[in-house]
Formats: sequence, structure tokens, C-alpha cells
Amino acid sequence: MLTRGARLAYLAPGLLWLGALLVVPCAILLVNSFFLRGVYGGIDYIWTVENYTRAADWLYLSIFLKSAKIAGLATLFAILIAYPAAWAIAQAPRRRQAALLVLVILPFWSNYLIRTYAWMVLLNREGLINEGLEAVGLIGEPLTLLNTEFAIVLGLVYNYLPFVILTIYAALARLDRSLIEASQDLGAPGWRTFLRVVLPLTLPGVAAGGVFVFVLSIGNFITPDLLGGQKIQMVGNLIYDQFLSARDWPFGAALATVLIMVMMMLLFAQAIAVNRGAGRREAREARP
Amino acid sequence: MIFRWHLRLTYLFLYGPIAVLMVLSFNRSGLPTAWTGFTFDWYAKLTEADALLNAAWNTLIVAAASTLLATIIGTMLAVGAESRRKSSALDALLFAPMIIPDIVLAIGLLSFYTLVQMTLGLHSIVLSHVVFNIAFVCAVVRTRMRQIDPAMLEASRDLGASEFTTFRRVLLPNLAPGVIAGALLSFTLSVDEFIIAYFSSDNTPAATTLPMQIFSMIRFGVTPEINAMATIVMLFSFTLVLIAQRADRKAITG
Repeated sequence: MLTRGARLAYLAPGLLWLGALLVVPCAILLVNSFFLRGVYGGIDYIWTVENYTRAADWLYLSIFLKSAKIAGLATLFAILIAYPAAWAIAQAPRRRQAALLVLVILPFWSNYLIRTYAWMVLLNREGLINEGLEAVGLIGEPLTLLNTEFAIVLGLVYNYLPFVILTIYAALARLDRSLIEASQDLGAPGWRTFLRVVLPLTLPGVAAGGVFVFVLSIGNFITPDLLGGQKIQMVGNLIYDQFLSARDWPFGAALATVLIMVMMMLLFAQAIAVNRGAGRREAREARP
Repeated sequence: MIFRWHLRLTYLFLYGPIAVLMVLSFNRSGLPTAWTGFTFDWYAKLTEADALLNAAWNTLIVAAASTLLATIIGTMLAVGAESRRKSSALDALLFAPMIIPDIVLAIGLLSFYTLVQMTLGLHSIVLSHVVFNIAFVCAVVRTRMRQIDPAMLEASRDLGASEFTTFRRVLLPNLAPGVIAGALLSFTLSVDEFIIAYFSSDNTPAATTLPMQIFSMIRFGVTPEINAMATIVMLFSFTLVLIAQRADRKAITG
């Protein structure tokens, strides 16, 4: 074990940096959210909760709800695509699994902006998808794919899918194979083994991946901006506008605070669910 | 069988759009619609695109500086965090930069810089990027740290080595693969990051990074030069991430 002094010396630079440039900025946002916008776009230092009552206005509340809907759809589709993919990787020969996983996660670490831009190129009215569909005669005239909610959901699924595959794979890899065999030996059909054994045991992995996608999606800025074409606003765009075009920093700060609160509640709920699951398992194993 | 096909389609979904972009960067017509022949013209045009080149240079400066700082600070944090009792508060603080929406961190930092009346420029982008880079370096190095036998460190200390010597001669050589992988990932993230850089900059050409430049260009539509630049950036990211994976097998898949 390190001495107290040495430990502190290791931690100090990082704690100072994150304190000054993460904790303090968040605290400033929180404080600013209780002030008013000044006449020239500055801040009037008068305490008020007006920004929060304004955020509850239907105009803004509906944007929150729409963001949650889009994030929810992205989460759902990401899980539906990721689960069978993760399953296929977990079934592959052991020495190939690592390579398959690297291939999945590689795009996740690359440029987000460019990955989203690639879909702008594909979804365009003159893009490859419309051209292809027209060529095979499925459609007579180009579909409007870009600047729709569909495009935003697609972009979010595309960008976060690798992470969900990774978390579900991790859960599947931890799964005790003998449980599946036991279920099969006792005559359960495949779907039943999946629903009663595999799915419940991998649910924490699914939940972890799902919460992650939801949280990153609901506060996203780039995807709705580029694939929604500034026509469809999500919370991220709304906050962006308060800072750059409306010049109403306190209101932007209030929206950001609400967003962070929503995210924290979700992460907290997930942590509690995971702990509870672990507790129940321990209790079961402790039983004589 | 059906799952194998699903996995193949998933890879197609993940890599298809990137591949299309790369192919288009060699398309003579420069349009996304029809293939009219192979050309390197768009890459040649890049050498004259001063704004893009200048932005690329700025990006390299920001990425190098923020990676250097984050690697030192993040590695120290990892060592400190792993040699004490588990602390939920510390874990939350180290997890926060990865999960906080970019836009929220961006406006928070801008509010902070405004309050302390700091002039914005490349230096403030570096300060901001270090925040999330620390978190990623720290996460990778912590995974590595857990694989080290504490008895080895105790032996070093019992034999009279100072804390600094123990760090340099025992800890660092064992952590090295994680530190290298963390640094490479941090460099990649910094090269790719857009929104935090945008809000931490005064948006003059001297403080415009490549993603900022690309963002303002693609908002006005698709241009073939962007496809060429995007291809280079993607290949660059893939290369760095794959090297990171070679250095530390757990770095990118966790």
C-alpha cells in the first residue's frame, strides 16, 4: 500500500484538473441557470426560477419528450441488432472472437463527424440508397430520407451499435455454459432455454448497453444537427442554440441541468437494479 | 447459421457507409451518384485547400499537447486510484467525462472560460480536451494496474526503493502497454473531437481544428475534397486504434 502522502501526490494533478475543468464548469452552469439573460446577451445576476418554469413550457417539454422518444427507439433497435450479433460472436471459435470484437469496436473509436457524414451521403435524395431503390424499380421518385426522425434514429444506432454489441457479448461470455446444457438436457426447446435461462442472465449486460445508448443519444448534438437538418430539434440542439444564436446562456444552462438530472436518474436506477440483482444472486447462493 | 449471416450483415452495416465514402473519394465526377472513373484529383486538390491543411495542422498540435498532459495525469490518477480502497465518488468523477453529453461539457467550459476572462484559442482547446482524455487514459491504465501483483511493489519498497524509483523501475515498465494504448486512444479522440473544441475556441482560423472545419463545410453540402479528407482521417484513426489494440489487448474492448 502507498503512504497517504504518495497516494495524494498521484491523485492531486488529476483531481485538480477535473475539479477545475469539470466540476467547477458544471457548478457554474447550475448557478447560471438561476439567473436571467441580460439585455445584451450577458447575464443579469438576479435569482430566479424562471428558466425552469420556462423549460416546463410545452414548447420545450415537447422537445425533451421527442428527444426521449428518438433515444428510446435508437436504444431498442441497437439492442435488437446487437443481441444476435453478440450471440454469433460468442458462438464463434474462441481464438477468432477477439478479432471479431476488434472489428466491431473499431468504428466506435473513429471520427464521429465523418461516420455521420457518410450517412448524409447515403441518404441524400440523389444518394446511393435512393438511386439503388429506383434502379431496381421499387420506387418511382426519390424518398425523403435525410432530415427525418428516421435518419436520426438510424445515425444513433449506427454510431452506438458497437458498444452495445460489446456489453452484450461480455454478458454472454460470462454465461455458464453448463446452465444451457442443463436446460437442453431437461428437454426445453431452444427458444425456451433462451427466454428462461440465457436472457435473464444476460439482462444486466443488455441494460448497461441500453442505458449507455439512451444517455448518449438523448443529449446528442451532431447526429440531429446533420441528419435532422436543423429541422428536427433535440435537447442538444436546443442548448446549442441558446448559447450561439439566442444568446440566452442562463436558459441554456437550465436545459443542460435538466438533461443531466434525467441522465443521472437513469444511471442511478440502472446501478440500483444491477446491485439488487447481484444481491439476490448472493442470497440464493448463500442458501444451504 | 442465421446468426452468422446476421453478424455479416452487421459488419456490412458498420463498414458499408465508410467504404462508400472512401470509394467516392476516388470518383472522377466528384458526385455521389455515378461512378465516372478513377482519379487522385481530389487528394491533389487537398494540397491547395489551405483552410483544411491549416486546420489539420492545428489539430495535430492540440492532439499532441492534450495527449501528453492527459497521459501523465491520467496514468498518475490510475496508480493513485488503484492503490486505495474503492471509492464510488472517485469512480463517478472518472466516469463522468465519458458519459456527460459533449454539448453540456462544452457550454460548461465556455461559461468557465468566460467567467475567468480567459482568451480563447488553441490553448483553451487543449485544456478542454485534457478533461475527457484523462478519463480514457485512466480507464485503460487502471485495467492494466489491476493485473499487477502488489507484492512486486511491496518488494521494491521493502528493499528501500523510494516511491519515485518504484514508480520508474517497477510500476511504469509493467504499465507501459496500457500507457501507450491510452495515449494513442487519447490522441485519436482529440483528433476527432468537434463540439468541445468548437465552444473552447474563438473560431478564428488560428484556432480552428479539422473537425470544426469539416463540420462547417459539410453543413453546406457534400464536396469531393471532404470525401478525400475524410478517407485520410478515417484511415489515420483506424491505424492508431489498431496499434493501441496491439499494445494492450484490453484497451479498446475493455
